[in-house]
Amino acid sequence: MSTEKVKFGRSKVFFDPFERRPGPIKTNMHYCPGCGHGILHKLIAEAIEYYGIQENTVFIAPVGCAVFAYYYFNCGSISVPHGRAPAVGTGASRATPEKYVISYQGDGDLAAIGFNEFIQAANRGERMSVFFVNNSNYGMTGGQMAPTTLPNQVTMTSPYGRNVETDGYPVKVCELVNALEAPVYIERVALTGTANIIKARKAVFKAIENLRDRKGFSLVEALSPCPVNLKMTAEQVNEFIDTKMTKYFPLGMLRDRSAETPAGKVPEAPVRDPEDVKQLLFTAKEGSGEGPATVNNSEIFNEERRIRVSGFGGQGILSLGHTLADMARLRHFNVSWMPSYGPEQRGGSASCAVILSRKAIPSPLVDSCDLLIAMTRAALDKFGYQLKDDGILIYDTSAMEKPAVKPGQKVFGLDALAIANRIGNAKCANSAVLGALAAILGKFALTPEDAADYRKVFTEAITESFRKKPQVVEQNIAAFNAGCDEMSSQLV
Amino acid sequence: MAAKKHRIRISKDECKGCRRCIPACPKKLISVGKEINIQGYLAVVAENPFDCIGCGSCFHQCPEPGAITIFEIEE
Ligand SMILES: Cc1ncc(C[n+]2csc(CCOP(=O)(O)OP(=O)(O)O)c2C)c(N)n1
Ligand code: SF4
Repeated sequence: MSTEKVKFGRSKVFFDPFERRPGPIKTNMHYCPGCGHGILHKLIAEAIEYYGIQENTVFIAPVGCAVFAYYYFNCGSISVPHGRAPAVGTGASRATPEKYVISYQGDGDLAAIGFNEFIQAANRGERMSVFFVNNSNYGMTGGQMAPTTLPNQVTMTSPYGRNVETDGYPVKVCELVNALEAPVYIERVALTGTANIIKARKAVFKAIENLRDRKGFSLVEALSPCPVNLKMTAEQVNEFIDTKMTKYFPLGMLRDRSAETPAGKVPEAPVRDPEDVKQLLFTAKEGSGEGPATVNNSEIFNEERRIRVSGFGGQGILSLGHTLADMARLRHFNVSWMPSYGPEQRGGSASCAVILSRKAIPSPLVDSCDLLIAMTRAALDKFGYQLKDDGILIYDTSAMEKPAVKPGQKVFGLDALAIANRIGNAKCANSAVLGALAAILGKFALTPEDAADYRKVFTEAITESFRKKPQVVEQNIAAFNAGCDEMSSQLV
Repeated sequence: MAAKKHRIRISKDECKGCRRCIPACPKKLISVGKEINIQGYLAVVAENPFDCIGCGSCFHQCPEPGAITIFEIEE
């Protein structure tokens, strides 16, 4: 009796069948007949299997023909926006240092839209191996010119051939990376005849071995057949690569510092226990006297409330909105806070959108609001239209005359700056506005008991917001109280 | 020691008919078949699968994970 054992066959690193692939064909990949992506996928799978790192591999699939690589590789997968694989890979490899990160990219993805991400990751020597498929065109979108398209090569978008005078010369990625200090291993291979594929296999194995040994950044560029877009047969495309592409993109190893590079230790992972993260982000409240289960039953926030805070940069607009959001968080509401500001650190316009709700918040965008806080005339002109017909407007009287509003709208003015100046810190004006808001809520929306609770939770939120600067907490609380008192006296 | 024996198996329905394997085989075992498979491709065939020497050239040329399998036969 003779028995058979598989010598070359489907790698165990591939799913079998490809359940994630839609449609009836679950045995094959989606690539065109004769495509180099499949050849390279197989080499990578074989190497992952050989070095035993499947369990901890994270495969980052690009945008391009390989966008569905996660249909095939049975390991961790992340699908990323166009060109962002090395950026996401940096995050994955730093946040989960025990993982082995593979960034897989096409020439449009790596050398055009994502070139900065790529070259910076290479320069930082991120712990990842990059497999770069250079097929001289944008495959997925139908064969447009890529940074790697050869001079005079005809593509969809270079119908008369790539004109180096207007389109520049093809980008030599390996050579550029070879100018950097950090990368450990750089090799260019071709997925053509058997001899070249054996070399490619060796290079892929080296890059995966370096990955296993956590040696840093490895790059394998594979000149890869795209017979469909190049409108060639398998044999013609191999010849194109071997005779034309390799002339411009010479094959071979440009750098191998694997031997001199010591195997990296797994750096300690950053804290990832969600409870610890919560602790880091939101330190325990002090002095609230209430447990975390405190719930305010006032009905005002049963409905989603949308708030727009607006003014100019430096007025504390974003932090005002943030304190509001903190206040709601401390009372266990759902909250969103979305800032938007000009390029200037000071001056320019600033605004933020805050949503408070007991229900889930579907989108953080605010285009109509229940409450508008306008600290400048320009801000009111810009956002006034967003105020709902029954909305509340709070404005700074030092910035404008009392604005006209619609009949159902309520308008309240406060000289927040004067209050803040009286307290001795002009930056506290935003807390005075919060005080006014607490008074308005207390008068129009809350029972006295709830109003007292909101006053308290506002001061808790201010304390929390400024916890890093204890000296200003007191001033801000003073401004809050003054704003609240002044508004209350206007409201009687 | 007797030379090891091998067998090539081509899964007809997994072949996309790109023909990269045909020139790769040093024994010229692979040729274009006559049947269209379920994917609509004219699949390749190996008429004499036991003449395979197990070099794996065709396997590595093939872009599909399981269209070609090479077995080693243990007596
Ligand atoms: C931000 C963004 N811009 C453009 C596109 C359209 N797009 C999809 S794939 C692709 C080109 C991919 O080419 P390449 O990286 O060479 O990979 P290939 O398809 O050749 O494997 C482009 C431009 C997109 N998806 N996202
Ligand atoms: S378009 Fe080109 S790169 Fe994309 S799957 Fe087809 S052959 Fe491969």
